[in-house]
Amino acid sequence: MSTDARLLELDSISKVFHIGGALTGEKLTAVNNVGFQLRSDKPEVFTLAGESGSGKTTVARLILRDFPVTEGKILYEGSDTTRIRGRRGTMRFMSEVQPVFQNPFDTFNPLRRLVEYLIETALNFGIASNRKQAEPVVDDALKLVGLSFDEVNLRYPHELSGGQIQRVSVARALIPRPKLIIADEPVSMVDASLRMAIVNVFKRLRDEENVSVLYITHDLATAYYISDRIAIMLRGQIVETGTVDNVLGDPKHPYTRILKESVPQPIPEVKGAWAKSIALSTMEVREYGRIGCKFAGRCPNVMDKCRKIEPPDVTTAGRVVKCHLYEPESE
Amino acid sequence: MPLLSVKNLHAYYRTEAYGISRTVRAVDDVSFELQKNEIYGIAGESSCGKTTLIKVISGSIKPPLRIEGGTMTYTFDGRDVDIASVAPEVMRREIRWKEISYVMQGSMSILNPVRRVRRIFRHVVDTHQGIDDKRKFEALCRDHLKKLGLPPDILQAYPHQLSGGMKQRIAIALATIFRPSLIIADEPTTALDVVVQRGVLQLLKDIQAESSNTVLLVTHDMAVHANVADRVAIMYAGTIVEEGPTEVIFGAPQHPYTQHLIASLPVIGDKGTRSALPGAPPNLASPPSGCRFHPRCPMAKEICRRVVPSMIQLDTLHRAACHLVGEREEA
Repeated sequence: MSTDARLLELDSISKVFHIGGALTGEKLTAVNNVGFQLRSDKPEVFTLAGESGSGKTTVARLILRDFPVTEGKILYEGSDTTRIRGRRGTMRFMSEVQPVFQNPFDTFNPLRRLVEYLIETALNFGIASNRKQAEPVVDDALKLVGLSFDEVNLRYPHELSGGQIQRVSVARALIPRPKLIIADEPVSMVDASLRMAIVNVFKRLRDEENVSVLYITHDLATAYYISDRIAIMLRGQIVETGTVDNVLGDPKHPYTRILKESVPQPIPEVKGAWAKSIALSTMEVREYGRIGCKFAGRCPNVMDKCRKIEPPDVTTAGRVVKCHLYEPESE
Repeated sequence: MPLLSVKNLHAYYRTEAYGISRTVRAVDDVSFELQKNEIYGIAGESSCGKTTLIKVISGSIKPPLRIEGGTMTYTFDGRDVDIASVAPEVMRREIRWKEISYVMQGSMSILNPVRRVRRIFRHVVDTHQGIDDKRKFEALCRDHLKKLGLPPDILQAYPHQLSGGMKQRIAIALATIFRPSLIIADEPTTALDVVVQRGVLQLLKDIQAESSNTVLLVTHDMAVHANVADRVAIMYAGTIVEEGPTEVIFGAPQHPYTQHLIASLPVIGDKGTRSALPGAPPNLASPPSGCRFHPRCPMAKEICRRVVPSMIQLDTLHRAACHLVGEREEA
């Protein structure tokens, strides 16, 4: 794959936060040497999964240029996003890479009509020059998510369900005709019964509108349902990445295995692995500073070297795993 | 002898502002029984009245919430208690936390961030029992935590030092310190990721198995009910539409709403298209006529618009409220 065939490339990025005062502070590496690419020739849904505190949201915010990377580079269509300067460059980037946030009730001001946000987005990005022109643009975007202008017009956020507001939030992101949507836990605040409506929207965007989606979630069941490729994050590092069928169908990293078997299956007869007791971390922050494998403290297959040496990235069975259990396949 | 027997319970919110009175019928004609030594699950979308039902049966009835009809009788050690007529002082001294305790959603916000966990335990114990002896109190807390498999060192920690899962488990530890007959858990794992969710629910199950008390588990996540609950009730718009043993509810659901809830759940290993229920949950201030589910029901008939369906006993433990089920039974 040549550089121009990449929509987004994260080239071994790291982000270090300083916690505490200037003299007594500690360093926390929230994102540690993370790299992946999204293709531009074929749209895809790429999932970044992991438990809370694994650095998923930090990756999203780095891509959205909320703060700069400490090390490494983020390339959007081949050019470094930290080099974007000026209003025009920023506007172009913002119109092509759009976010959808976690809590739909926080996204919108409860005292403002929902449609105002959509019209404002259309005006700000120069999609329409006045309200009259903006209305059909907004209607088109709402139709893509299964709503319509008349349904949403004059409504306040409290008049719609969480699932509907989240779809309005996706519609807002679609107005500037983006190539990439960064969706940070878009379904975790929404009822399980309404999640599929949002997830199906992403599927449709990929298949019919050529929009790529970076889907950030801890819900492996929906991740399996919509994504093409997946990366599992743990304490700032990607520990396993590959196609969703390989990684979730037959997980290799002990952490991915625990994640997969922790997803409750909606079949009462199949409790099996779910009922086995598991170790949870007491204090999150300590695992970040661990030398060697970050999972060593909770891993059922832990070996001596896991506590001392950081595992290498091993390519095996169609995916990349960061674990000492696997030997590189001979070429 | 059931632990709690609820008959034809009606609980409405009545508000009056600027001469406009509004009645929200959050719990409308609900009847069910909680047995001793079981995990009873209540499932339903947001705003279906789950939380109001819990508030009412745990005795925290404050205006504008009022009980408009029905009875709720607890049987504690052979003594019948009508929870709606207990004096507040008796409630606090004898019932709350000792007989009925409550695990809330988002335990992150119930633990005071500037108090050590020990102080939080102290506060709970002092309010409900009062132990003057410091050593006795310390022993009680440590014993209890050890039994739950939590490290007693956490008494020394501040809430912000603990992970989200640990905070939720502390909330459970607090709720179970006096070995109550009924533990009400309202969305105890909604804000947590799958691995932590599994750990927290396992703890809840272990406590129940060990002390043979009753757990009332409320969550919108059907997959959780499949793995934890013995019996499940499905709530829709303030009423129970179906109730039965977990295996029956998942294996042979009768109400169209239950059928849809179960069919929409994604499963790892199956990429078949799942659809979400169209429309939004009804406004409980003006619920639809007849069967409250009829505007969203794919199988709605003329009778559904006019007549409220009555509960039909399908089996000793399985019942559903739907005209279609009634017709099938009669045929």
